[in-house]
Amino acid sequence: MYTLPSKLKLFSIILIVLGLVGITYGFLTTPKTIEDVKKIMAEQEGHNGEGHAVADEEHTANFVDVARGEEGYSEAAMEHATDLKPEGHGATSHEEHVLHQLQTRPWSATFVAAFFFMMIALGVLVFYAIQYASQAGWSPGLYRIMEGITSYLLPGSIIVFLIVVFAGTHFFPWQNEELVAEDKILQVKSGYLNFPFFVIRAVIYLLGWNLYRYFSRKNSLAQAEANNYNSYRKNFKISVLFLIFFIVTEATMSWDWFMSMTPHWYSTLFAWYIFASMFVSAITVLALTTIHLKSRGLIPFVSDKHLHDLAKYMFAFSIFWTYLWFSQFMLIWYANIPEEVTYFIIRIQEYKLLFFGMLILNFVFPILVLMNSDYKRVPWFVVIAAVFILVGHYIDIFLLVMPSTVGHNWHFGIPEIAALLFFMGLFIFIVGRGLGKVSLMPKNDPFIKESENHHF
Amino acid sequence: MASKKIHAIYTDDDLLLQAVKQTRAANYHISEVFTPFPVHGLDHAVGLAPTRIAITAFIYGLIGLGVAVAMMNYMMIDDWPQNIGGKPSFTYYQNMPAFIPIMFELTVFFAAHLMVVTFYMRSKIWPFKKAENPDVRTTDDHFLMEVDVENHDVEKLTKFLYDTGASEISLIQNEQDH
Repeated sequence: MYTLPSKLKLFSIILIVLGLVGITYGFLTTPKTIEDVKKIMAEQEGHNGEGHAVADEEHTANFVDVARGEEGYSEAAMEHATDLKPEGHGATSHEEHVLHQLQTRPWSATFVAAFFFMMIALGVLVFYAIQYASQAGWSPGLYRIMEGITSYLLPGSIIVFLIVVFAGTHFFPWQNEELVAEDKILQVKSGYLNFPFFVIRAVIYLLGWNLYRYFSRKNSLAQAEANNYNSYRKNFKISVLFLIFFIVTEATMSWDWFMSMTPHWYSTLFAWYIFASMFVSAITVLALTTIHLKSRGLIPFVSDKHLHDLAKYMFAFSIFWTYLWFSQFMLIWYANIPEEVTYFIIRIQEYKLLFFGMLILNFVFPILVLMNSDYKRVPWFVVIAAVFILVGHYIDIFLLVMPSTVGHNWHFGIPEIAALLFFMGLFIFIVGRGLGKVSLMPKNDPFIKESENHHF
Repeated sequence: MASKKIHAIYTDDDLLLQAVKQTRAANYHISEVFTPFPVHGLDHAVGLAPTRIAITAFIYGLIGLGVAVAMMNYMMIDDWPQNIGGKPSFTYYQNMPAFIPIMFELTVFFAAHLMVVTFYMRSKIWPFKKAENPDVRTTDDHFLMEVDVENHDVEKLTKFLYDTGASEISLIQNEQDH
C-alpha cells in the first residue's frame, strides 16, 4: 500500500497555497479601465520604443481583409483571428482591445495549466481503456497506477468545465452577440457555436469520461475480490464503448475549447493534434509515476521491461505528435490561404522562441535521448526525456491558448507560474491519495501472470 | 582431427530457450542454433555479442538525410530554381518545409535498404548460396541446437540433453582436412 511521502505531501500543499495566492493576484491586478491600459502602454513605450506597432500593421492590412470587409465579415472578428492590427480603427478601440486582452490573461493562464493536468489524467484513462479493449497481457501490473492517476480526472475536469463555461468572451468571441450580428461566418456557425449547446456538450463530455472512470475502477476493484471473470468482461465492454465515445467527444472538445477561440480559423487535423499531445504527456506521467513507485520498492511485479515499453510509447508518440504538427503546418504554409495562415503568423511573429523551442523539446530531445534500446530501461534517462516532453507539451498547450486569447500581450509571469504550481500541487496531492487507497497489485486479473512474466 | 558434435532437436521455442540456458549453465559449448523463426531472447541466452545493426541503421539514416539535403539543394535551389506556388526558392532553409517529406523518406529508404544489405553480408547470404542448416525441418517447425562434444563424455552429454527435453539426439562426426 502506497502513502504519499509526507515531504511530497507538504510540497504539494505549499504549491497549492502559493498557486492560489498567485492566481488571485493575477485576477486582482488586471487593469480595470482604459486609463490603466494607457498608463501600462506608456510604460511599455518607454521600454520598447515603437517599431512593434508599425511593423505589425503592414503585415495585416492586406487585400483579403479589405475584401472580406466588403463581403460583410466583421472587422472585429477578423482582428480576433489575426490579432496583429494595433491601430486598425482609432486609438480608443485599440486600447479597449488591449484592455480586453489584459483582462483575459489570468483566465488563459489558469486554463492552460488546468487543461494540461486534466488532459494527462484523461490521456491515462484512454490508455487504460485501450489496455482493456485490446486485452493486453503486458500491462495489467500497471492498472492500479493508471487508476491512481485518473483519480485526478474528476476534480480536474470540473475545474476545466467551470473555466470554459465562465470565461465567456474572454476566450470565445462567438459568444459576443454584437460581433455575431455583424459577421456572416459566425452567423452560419451559430447552429453549433451557441452558448446553450456549448454547455450541453461540455456536460456530456464530463459525464461520459467520469462515468467510465467510476465504473471501470469499480469493476477493476471488484475483480480483485471475485472468483470469476465477470467484472473483467464488463470492463472490456465499457472500455470499447468508452473509446468510441472518447474519440468523438475528444474531437468536438478540441473544436469547442480551442479552435473556437479563433472562430474563423479551422483545421481538420486539429482534433488529432490535441489527442497526440494528450496521449504522449499522459504516458510520460505514467512512466514517471511508475519510476517513483518502483524506487520505493512498492511494485516488485513491474520490471524494467515494463518501463522499456512505456519509454517506447513515449518515443513513438513524440514522433506521432511531430508528424501531426508538421502535417498541419506544412499544408497551411504551402497553401498560404490568408484565413488559414493567420494561425501560424501570430505564433511565429510573437512567440517565435516558444514555437520553435517546443519542436526541439518535443521532437529532437526525445528522439535522441530515447533512441537507444538500452537507455529506455535506465530510469534516470527516462526521467530526463520525460521532463523535456512535459515542458514541451505545456508550451504546446500554452501556444494553443495564449496567441488566440491574449495575442501579443503575453508574458510568462506570476499568473502563469502560479497556475502551473497550483495545478501541479493539486495533481500530486490527488494522485498520491488515489494511488494510496488500495493495494497496487491488481489481483485476479486474467492476465496478471503474463504481465509479471513479461519478457522480450 | 575429427570434431564431434551433437545435434539436439526440439519442437517448441520455449523449450529450446530453456534448454539453451541449462546447457550453458552446465558449461557445455553451444556452437550454433537453427530456428525456423527469430526467437526472442535467444541471442542473449546463447551468449552472442549484442547486435550492432542498430548503430549501422542510425548511420545509414544520417547518410540518407544528407543525400536528400544535397540532392534537393542542387535540384531546387542551385541548378534550376522554380517558382512553385510562390514559395521562396532562394535558400534551402526558407523552402525547407517543402523538402521535409523527402528528407524523411530518403532517411527511411537508406536506413532500411542498407540495413538489409548489411545483414545479408554479415550473415554471408547471397543469391544461389547453398543452405547451411543441417536439417531441413529447421526451416519448418523444428529447432536444432548444436553442441560441441570436445572432451566431454558423450553418454553423459546425451543423457543431459535428453533431460532438457530434446526429441531427437544425433552424434555428428566432422572430418576436417588438414
